[in-house]
Amino acid sequence: MIVGPRPLEEPSSGLAARLASAGVGDRVYRVAITLFAACVPLLLLLIAAEIARAAWPALRTFGFGFLTSSAWDPVNGAFGAAPALYGTIVSSIVALVIATPLAIGVAIYLSEFAPGWLRQPVSFLVDLLAAIPSVVYGLWGIFVLIPLLRTHVVPFLKDTLHLGATPLFSGPNYGPSMLAAGVILAIMILPYISAVAREVLLAVPRSQREAALALGATRWETIWGAVLPYARSGIIGGVILGLGRALGETMAVTMVIGNTHEISSSLLSPGYTMASLIANQFSEATGDLHLSALMAIGFVLFVLTLVVNALARWLVWRVARSA
Amino acid sequence: MRLTPLALAATLLVACSSDSRTHADSTSAASNGGSVALTGAGATFPYPLYSRWFADYANQKGVKINYQSIGSGGGIRQLSEQTVDFGASDAPMKDDELAKAKGGPILHVPTVIGAVVMIYNLPELKQPLKLDGPTLADIYLGTIRKWNDSRIAALNPGAALPASDILVVHRSDGSGTSFIFTDFLSAVSPAWSSGPGKGKEVQWPTGLGAKGNEGVAGQVKQTPGAIGYAELAYAKQNNLPTAAIKNAAGEFVAPSVESATAAAAGAAASLAPNTDYRVSIVNAKGAGAYPIASFTWILLYQNQTDAAKGKQLVDFLTWALTDGEKQAAALDYAPLPDAMAKQLLDRLKTVKVGGTA
Repeated sequence: MIVGPRPLEEPSSGLAARLASAGVGDRVYRVAITLFAACVPLLLLLIAAEIARAAWPALRTFGFGFLTSSAWDPVNGAFGAAPALYGTIVSSIVALVIATPLAIGVAIYLSEFAPGWLRQPVSFLVDLLAAIPSVVYGLWGIFVLIPLLRTHVVPFLKDTLHLGATPLFSGPNYGPSMLAAGVILAIMILPYISAVAREVLLAVPRSQREAALALGATRWETIWGAVLPYARSGIIGGVILGLGRALGETMAVTMVIGNTHEISSSLLSPGYTMASLIANQFSEATGDLHLSALMAIGFVLFVLTLVVNALARWLVWRVARSA
Repeated sequence: MRLTPLALAATLLVACSSDSRTHADSTSAASNGGSVALTGAGATFPYPLYSRWFADYANQKGVKINYQSIGSGGGIRQLSEQTVDFGASDAPMKDDELAKAKGGPILHVPTVIGAVVMIYNLPELKQPLKLDGPTLADIYLGTIRKWNDSRIAALNPGAALPASDILVVHRSDGSGTSFIFTDFLSAVSPAWSSGPGKGKEVQWPTGLGAKGNEGVAGQVKQTPGAIGYAELAYAKQNNLPTAAIKNAAGEFVAPSVESATAAAAGAAASLAPNTDYRVSIVNAKGAGAYPIASFTWILLYQNQTDAAKGKQLVDFLTWALTDGEKQAAALDYAPLPDAMAKQLLDRLKTVKVGGTA
């Protein structure tokens, strides 16, 4: 059905025939494409239904208390998601707080300041961070990051900056902690945020910058006042992409977070995330309720990710509308 | 260069001879029941030994065995669903798990003994640390918090124990190692048995969770004042300092392949004649018995519906309990006591293959 350039004075009967036969092809094509498109939401629904079905015994047993209970006792069959839910959210927030300014800084440098010969290699290196396997990050966390945090960073925060008295940095400093998990996650999500931000900044029209400069703005004022606002919704989209990745990251977090079911205000104390809880226990869980509780954790994580993504969509939409 | 054709010829010769041998063996295997590939799944702890067994057995008898070390829990689930021919577990199946198995009664066949060792990081300490069960339980309960606690000092007269905090490290992933350890703590401490109890995953009252033997060992190595537990084989291969534990006879026993076998021998002496071998050997009586030890089991259905596979499986287990046991110590697994291996061979005869015993 490839339609090439046609002579203008083609007989009308030939045109009609072509249109008719194209109609059949079009319809088949349309049905096929619709089916493909329908597969994705169907798959999502199927996954949700299957997890909910497997999680149902635990959700029925514990009810809403599953979200608020801190117990995780496979021997006596008492399960709650609160510490893991808390840990998932807090470690992701720590990661975002560290990674967002860094990633946007990298993106601004690469799109606005970097000389041409430097732009490609640096972009490539930042993107390469995304290609490192999670377990390698975890090992690096155990053998490099945690000793570094324990012997240098945390003593600096506690003793030099006197943050030890604040709830965020109180308590003993063993190494594996929410802070370590947040830092690892920050490094892992940085390339995602910065890659999106860089592309968005490069797509800002030249006229935007030229107009600001022509009005006498400095380079800083140009970027802050003319370029960043133009790119705002795209950058927020990138941050959300990073957040989604941080929420679901499993292996590296498991290796550095300390895997303890407790909720503590201190970033130095160990914690748990929902993904690492499932990864730790699924293979050896034999009790029906234990398995079902792990599925329920998966269900909560699924819902959390959906809510976060929906919120993000709404945020991007609002920002884009107000711009 | 002149050597090359010779070497090539030699290689070919070796290849041919080994090929013909396996071929002959597989034909003989085929004549008595068919060369069937067996599948199994389960425990990761004995996997290094099992994979060696499977490789040797395939070489000698031409019977291939596929084993996936997906964890004891997965092994039990898959056997219950009859998706594998045999399972393997570091913890015996519970009664309700046995009741749910789709293929009828399940036999527990101990293969080797695993020991759990206490590893610690006390640079000041020159001699090996000594601990007893109740003290260890209180450390893991969080009631003993300092290394210079009077109860630890009483067990280690003259030792330079620091006044530092004890950092307790446990496994974060469900594991047979945790099961053996908590089984021991439950046996020696009423407070532990009525509190966290025993299981592959329990609610730890204190401490950090680390993933795998390597995670626990890494955390202990990096943190002065830390204590953790790991498999004997892992600790031996990485030269970690291990604590001597007081056994039921009152002696301090260092963990080793021999002291783990002694624990099994001590426990085997008091087994009921009709035992199903779902027995715990922690805190075993007997001289030289290391107290934190346990069997690891291969699980199979007593009624093998597929006659060919059933026969192959029994043949393999017979080989494992005789020839296979001899390789265990070299890989840092404690072999079964001889008397017990013999009893198990009799027990294998109770497997019904295709409807007949």
